[in-house]
Amino acid sequence: MEQLGQYLGAGLACIGMAGAAIGVGNVAGNYLSGALRNPSAAASQTATLFIGMAFAEALGIFSFLVALLLLFAV
Amino acid sequence: MFSLLQQAVEVVSDTGTHVEAANQEAAIAAEHAADADLVIVAGDHTVAATENAAGMPQLNPEYFGNLIFWLLVTLAVLYWVLSKVALPRIGSVISDRQGVITGDLMQAEEYKKKAKDAEAAYDKALSDARAEAGKIVTAQKADIQKELDEAIAKADAEIAARTAESEKRIGAIRESAAVDARSVARDVTAELVRRFGGTADDAAIDAAVDARLKGAF
Amino acid sequence: MATETEAETGLAFHPMDQFMVKPIFGDGPVHWYTPTNATMWFAITLLAVIALLVFGTRGRAVIPSRVQSIAEMTYGMVYKMLEDICGKEGVKYFPYVMTLFCFIVFANYLALIPMSFSTTSHIAVTAVLAMFVFIGVTVLGFVKNGMHFLELFWVKSAPLALRPVLAVIEVISYCVRPVSHSIRLAGNVMAGHAVIKVFAAFAAVLWIAPLAILGIIGVYALEMMVCIIQAYVFTILTCVYLKDALHPAH
Repeated sequence: MEQLGQYLGAGLACIGMAGAAIGVGNVAGNYLSGALRNPSAAASQTATLFIGMAFAEALGIFSFLVALLLLFAV
Repeated sequence: MFSLLQQAVEVVSDTGTHVEAANQEAAIAAEHAADADLVIVAGDHTVAATENAAGMPQLNPEYFGNLIFWLLVTLAVLYWVLSKVALPRIGSVISDRQGVITGDLMQAEEYKKKAKDAEAAYDKALSDARAEAGKIVTAQKADIQKELDEAIAKADAEIAARTAESEKRIGAIRESAAVDARSVARDVTAELVRRFGGTADDAAIDAAVDARLKGAF
Repeated sequence: MATETEAETGLAFHPMDQFMVKPIFGDGPVHWYTPTNATMWFAITLLAVIALLVFGTRGRAVIPSRVQSIAEMTYGMVYKMLEDICGKEGVKYFPYVMTLFCFIVFANYLALIPMSFSTTSHIAVTAVLAMFVFIGVTVLGFVKNGMHFLELFWVKSAPLALRPVLAVIEVISYCVRPVSHSIRLAGNVMAGHAVIKVFAAFAAVLWIAPLAILGIIGVYALEMMVCIIQAYVFTILTCVYLKDALHPAH
């Protein structure tokens, strides 16, 4: 029963990764649309793009971590 | 095939329960032994499972000291090597290159300046030559003009002289002509008077001739 | 049935076993001084960085060789990043930032070699890296600016009534920095490796093997990108935190 809870919890935690996926897609998509409007400013903003992506992705990684913790460490 | 996956999941759950088995009381371990019967391969995985006791090695405090110690050693060595050897060297290479590039650029600039100077000198020489030529032409023109003027003046003077001479001569001729005419007129008058029988009074004849000739000369 | 048994042995999922620290010599317990596989890979990382940055540049050529130009590009990239974000004053801390960047890049990439040990997947390791940055930045901020450093948390542009609330939030977010800073790196590396391992376990089953191998290739390619991006992000965040310490009043 306890294991069932672990697996369910791990699986539910993985839903969080969908949010991260949406976030990263949002960042990249908005960057792209901005870059197409003003290509000359695009190159200077790649660093910001990566930082934004990393921030968005980190939250997905946290949920992945929660899943791993539920599976292996609880 | 589905059974394969299912059994795989059981293997996983097997390891999971073993984690607990390691941590918990023997009673649970005994209960677990019954579970283990379901799994065909028990031997290897039970060993792996006990080895895997911590679940996530990242959270096993046993490893922390080791990892942190060797990380600190690595970072210290790396920092020392980078700050003492690698970075100054790369920095100096880059600034050297920058210096070489700047030097080359400056040299190129200098050459360009030289070329520009040469061009300016050439232009100056050309315009100087032109000016010189112009000057020579004007000088020559002036000379010619002067000579011409001189010649004209000389010619004018000669002409004037000749004219004056001619005039003088004409005057003289006229004078002599007038004198001649008078003497001829006097002589003729005196002869006429004598022939007509009169006595020629010289003074009267002169006065008469002069009076008649006054209008002619 | 025999093949099925084989398959089952293959299908044993141990995605986390690759992160275990084991002594190189013998089988004893892991003490803090024991040379372990972690030690070995730390050393390999160190040697790789030295090979690139020291031996690669020993020619000091004005017209660089390939290795030298890679070293110079790395130098130029990190230098420009630091200078752009922190300004001229930040250049003093360049060796430390460069150390972090080189260590993380090489540790990440060396961990992608099959059978290797990924040092940066351990939260203990990344936590030390992040704590160095955190403590260093905090101490530096107080040394450079004295009590003015606290103005970082006192948002002047906000209305006065909101400022205490914002200050609490700012302090919390400041203190959470090392956590997210370290878990981001370790989590990314660990996640990628674990996923590859799970796919690898599936590859032992004949009928999904092609799919699993394709999956491994895809994740591997993604990991190649994640390695450099995470190192870049770690470094750039270090620069951003450093900027906070140097110029607390934004």
